[in-house]
Amino acid sequence: MSSLELVSIKKRYGDLDILKGINISVDAGEFLVLVGPSGCGKSTLLNIIAGLDTATGGDVRIGGRSVRDDHPSERDIAMVFQSYALYPNMSVAQNISFGMEMRKVPKEEREVAIQEVAKLLQIQHLLARRPGQLSGGQRQRVAMGRALVRKPKIFLFDEPLSNLDAQLRLDMRTEIKKLHQRLAATIVYVTHDQIEAMTLATRIAVMRYGELQQLGTPAEVYSEPANLFVAGFMGSPRMNLVPGTLVQTGGGLTLEIQASDKPKLAIALPPQPPAVQAYAGRDIIAGLRAEAISHGSGSQSGQRRTVTGTVEVTEPTGADTLAVLMLGGHEMTARLQPDFPLRAGQQGEFDIDLAKLVFFDPDGGKRIK
Amino acid sequence: MAEATWETPKMARGRGNRWSRVVIYGLLAFFALVYLLPLVVMLLTSLKPLPEIYAGNMIALPQEWTIEPWRKAWEEVCVGLACHGIKGYFWNSIKMAFFGVTISTAVGALNGYVLTKWRFRGDSLLFGLILFGCFIPFQIVLIPMATILGKLGLASSTTGLVLVHVTYGIAFTTLFFRNYYAVFPDELVKAAMMDGARFWAIFIRILLPSSGPIIAVSMIWQFTNIWNDFLFGASFSTGESAPMTVALNNVVNTSTAEREYNVHMAAAIIAALPTLMVYVFGGRYFVRGLMAGSVKG
Repeated sequence: MSSLELVSIKKRYGDLDILKGINISVDAGEFLVLVGPSGCGKSTLLNIIAGLDTATGGDVRIGGRSVRDDHPSERDIAMVFQSYALYPNMSVAQNISFGMEMRKVPKEEREVAIQEVAKLLQIQHLLARRPGQLSGGQRQRVAMGRALVRKPKIFLFDEPLSNLDAQLRLDMRTEIKKLHQRLAATIVYVTHDQIEAMTLATRIAVMRYGELQQLGTPAEVYSEPANLFVAGFMGSPRMNLVPGTLVQTGGGLTLEIQASDKPKLAIALPPQPPAVQAYAGRDIIAGLRAEAISHGSGSQSGQRRTVTGTVEVTEPTGADTLAVLMLGGHEMTARLQPDFPLRAGQQGEFDIDLAKLVFFDPDGGKRIK
Repeated sequence: MAEATWETPKMARGRGNRWSRVVIYGLLAFFALVYLLPLVVMLLTSLKPLPEIYAGNMIALPQEWTIEPWRKAWEEVCVGLACHGIKGYFWNSIKMAFFGVTISTAVGALNGYVLTKWRFRGDSLLFGLILFGCFIPFQIVLIPMATILGKLGLASSTTGLVLVHVTYGIAFTTLFFRNYYAVFPDELVKAAMMDGARFWAIFIRILLPSSGPIIAVSMIWQFTNIWNDFLFGASFSTGESAPMTVALNNVVNTSTAEREYNVHMAAAIIAALPTLMVYVFGGRYFVRGLMAGSVKG
């Protein structure tokens, strides 16, 4: 395993900027997930790391050494592809050992390595089969085996789970995580699925339009999104984003939320940092995660405020119930207890956890902090 | 009620249907017979002694079966002035077809590989130009081709004919392989690259083993074209170096004595046999290969 540094990577196709200078540095043993909507450049970035695509500018360093001019096979990187890319004319064993064969590893050594990896992934009984005779999950394992057997410095995963059905996807996700913990390998993993990103990553790089939006741990990206895009993209349900105004009142700031003719919702805020205070009297966008809204306990304390709202829709998921509420004329999703008593159309009291409230500048969408 | 709605429609059964079957099979049988008749007549004629043929009644079975005309066609019949049968010309054609098919298929495969997996600036234009070759009629290239063969010192040789057929065939084989490899997943090539395979290893180890169907198509196509070609053979070969098709023409046109129809028929069947065999044994690969190019999977 090795560290990986991406130094202002740029990629242009004609007049189109695919990557606009990406800087990421990954420590050895980290699990970095590149996440973003399709077309954000995450796959291009992965291909550049692999050497399957060339950057227009910038540098890729593995273990401190620049590999920009190295052929993919000389970078000591293994990649798992979305389609698995197993060679259809070869058996599973041949698929796994093809890379070693190309590197002229002696046959006995190859045999040992095949057995070792097959045991690790529990595919010993499949070694003689062709890829065409395998199920989706088995192909996935073989594809990982092909990567593992090389003991590379870095593993690259290009949306490896998107071709699996839902249940299998969960299983393989857990398995990839276990594998990472066991091998302490450096992994760069591309996905458009933010849940996969949250569950697997030690750090997440959120990308859009070829730009890095935020780089941080899953907790940071979730609770302290850098901007409106990250706030809306990460997490399910997405963060509630509501336009409002900060008003200076007596002892502190009050958040006022109003939609056209609906009654105004005013929430007195606890003391705020200077950056937020600077927005007094101005429009902001308030962000609140669904779990920061709970069914009213009636007690107003330091960080909790009670507001009145109407239930629009409830969506029981089993473990908890998602309720779409009408608060101050805006729809907000709340994550509530499954025994939540109110039905659609009923009014009730809800607690808002102000410690989890974040503010964004409506111009540019940056978080105010 | 529910069952009634799911009943098989009346159209599919009943008397009207039986009659349409009779008509369909009747027509099919009739046309099969019409198509088979020439071959049957050829075969019967080639197995009869000459006097029987002159006695008339083409379709009658031979009263006296004989394979003498076949032996004569193979070993003794006069082709032009030389009278030692068609066997030499048959081997000419075999050689010409073997090298012509192999080389044009190999080059086509390589072209298709480069045009799809090693894209470069202007590759589409180049492919368009190669494709142009498919639409150029034989007759147009006769004179320039003759000049080139003359300059290369390959005029009137089997090697020259191989060169002509390879040149002409590459346009088609490139088209076949390019379209086949266009739907071959790029990720496999990338995976092989990561595994340390380079240009030739990727081609030979990854693409070629999956190219069975399109190799069959290319070989069948090229074989029938090269074997059946008369124009290039007649234009660029003389005497002993002529291919089978030209020799057959010369056999039939040689008027020394009475026309030996039985020998002519035997020679014609021998000339047609290889392509017939290719279709009998390779026909299903041909259809399968053409399908594989269009419908993936």
